[in-house]
Amino acid sequence: MSEATLERGMNAFREQMNAPVASFFSSCVNCGMCAEACLFYTETGDPKYTPIHKLEPLRRVWEQEYTLWGRLKSMLGLSEPVTNELLEEWETLIYDGCTLCGRCSMVCPVGNDISYMIRRAREGFVAAGYAPEGIKGASRRAVTIGSPMGVKFPALAAQIKHVEADTGLTIPVDVEGADYMALLSSMEIMNFPEYLEALAKIFKQAGVTWTISSEAFEATNSGIQIGSSDIARELVNRVVVAAEKLKVKYVISPECGHAYTAIRWEGPNLIGRPYEFKVVHILELLDELRSAGRLKTEGTEDDRLTFHDPCQIVRKGGVLEPPRNLLKMIATNFVDMNDSREMNWCCGGGGGVSANERAEELRLKTFKRKKTQLDELNVDTLVTACANCRLIIEEGLEEYRMEMPVVGLTEMIAEHLVEDEK
Amino acid sequence: MSTSIDFLLWVRGPGFDIALFIFVVGVLIRLLEVLILGRKPDYSEPRGAELGAGLLTLVTRTAPEGGSFKRSPFTVVGGYIWHIGFLVSLFLFVPHIELIDSVLGIRWPGIASNLVDAISAVTIVTLVAMLFSRLSHPVKRFLSGPEDYLTWLVTFLPMLTGYLAYHRMIDPYPLVLGLHILSVELLMVLFPFTKLMHAFTFIIARWYNGAMAGRRGVQS
Repeated sequence: MSEATLERGMNAFREQMNAPVASFFSSCVNCGMCAEACLFYTETGDPKYTPIHKLEPLRRVWEQEYTLWGRLKSMLGLSEPVTNELLEEWETLIYDGCTLCGRCSMVCPVGNDISYMIRRAREGFVAAGYAPEGIKGASRRAVTIGSPMGVKFPALAAQIKHVEADTGLTIPVDVEGADYMALLSSMEIMNFPEYLEALAKIFKQAGVTWTISSEAFEATNSGIQIGSSDIARELVNRVVVAAEKLKVKYVISPECGHAYTAIRWEGPNLIGRPYEFKVVHILELLDELRSAGRLKTEGTEDDRLTFHDPCQIVRKGGVLEPPRNLLKMIATNFVDMNDSREMNWCCGGGGGVSANERAEELRLKTFKRKKTQLDELNVDTLVTACANCRLIIEEGLEEYRMEMPVVGLTEMIAEHLVEDEK
Repeated sequence: MSTSIDFLLWVRGPGFDIALFIFVVGVLIRLLEVLILGRKPDYSEPRGAELGAGLLTLVTRTAPEGGSFKRSPFTVVGGYIWHIGFLVSLFLFVPHIELIDSVLGIRWPGIASNLVDAISAVTIVTLVAMLFSRLSHPVKRFLSGPEDYLTWLVTFLPMLTGYLAYHRMIDPYPLVLGLHILSVELLMVLFPFTKLMHAFTFIIARWYNGAMAGRRGVQS
């Protein structure tokens, strides 16, 4: 990475300016309703966490350089410029105090997509050198080692061997011409290898030809979280090169929220062209297999259970029905939270917050929102579909001394697969 | 008396022309400043169409999301009342329609003056309550700067002076009518330079929000 300076930051802010951003800033009337949609405000009561306020630096760039009136005010010395001090002060608001969950964007009466702007504003912050050490480290490891947690292929190969020994199934690696190429998040490789096992079992039963690439297996993208398009592009490109080399028809995004945003929605724009393959989220694929009759389950989960909608998969990703269709196959006592689907509350660890050690205390405080949602339901089990949400929720439950298993939906489905007769 | 008539003649003549010019040119410049920025092509494969979702959000955002209504009932209800009251007073009061007809040559039926009068009274009271809310609600007070209070004032003054003029509460009448017109001119002049622009740009903002979410298969 080249040296970060205020000038680079300002240029990055300018690059992010477009008609949506200008229309959003032009429309804000400071009504404050976005605050009530943000768990950082609702759980702390501190107005500085009002979503639109987190964008003050970007707003100044817009006003002072992209409006005639603002330019006049600047010339007369009537406006406050963007300074290093300002960015330093706002760094914690834009990184520690926002998970890019996008709930504020759903409630703004004038229609401002605030999280869209936060994502863009981070480009300026990181270029100016104001980003949390935790996410910087994760980004550095992702670029140099290939994974934010420092996981290299030999570690995955070892997990593959374990899973193969446990299940007697083969996990295909670098198979050219397979229909699907599966991506994993480091967290799934290291903390939840059940996911890999679930894929192997499900794809065997459904007759899906698939592979893992030894060159690009990591789905997470720290570049998206820190807000550096350069890093994000580099990481997406690895996947694109590998998928196009193996000539797969589809790339499967794993149970990881921001990985889906990165590869599905931002990726093609980062590399500046459409892919030669399609991207599906694992839940979308499972739901397709279900409706085609290729996913057969037996037995049911009779516990009272609910589903935590990962923001990037549901609200920002559009995978709304698949998780519920899949749960209907196996769960007899499923209940939705009071705010669910596209209005669900974030776990508190998205958007790079979980990689940012400095934000931990605040993150645990904001978990009270999820706790309240769960308390209202009185459920036995929580199902979700994002390894990061899962870990964050487990930590939150522990902090608030709540006993509740947190299960990944893909694994839960795999546990109910009809065993092959042969 | 003659000075108040001179004043009325000025605000109705050159004053109005100047304000109208600043308003129209200013608004056009502001809209142009937004639209010329455009946006880059999106190469991701869409799940849904942008156009329909954008247009739908343009309409649906008028109603608050359920949870937001529960959390900010005053902002929502107060916001509705004064926006509707302001628009009714502006566009359905017969003398205003006459004025618009004389400038643009288009007209529509108005409503009874005493009904506009009652609606204006409610609007004025609501606007005062909104100001108190801005001064006392922790988030609104925190977010508010001089522009927020200035725009409140220039929105409030036409309502107040209109009410005073209708009831002839200031003598002589040409003076209060002149003040009413002047307050509207002040609103028009400040409009392009402040957040009042949202009255136009919210259409663009809601459309982009809805379109970008709709592309991903979410109705925002």
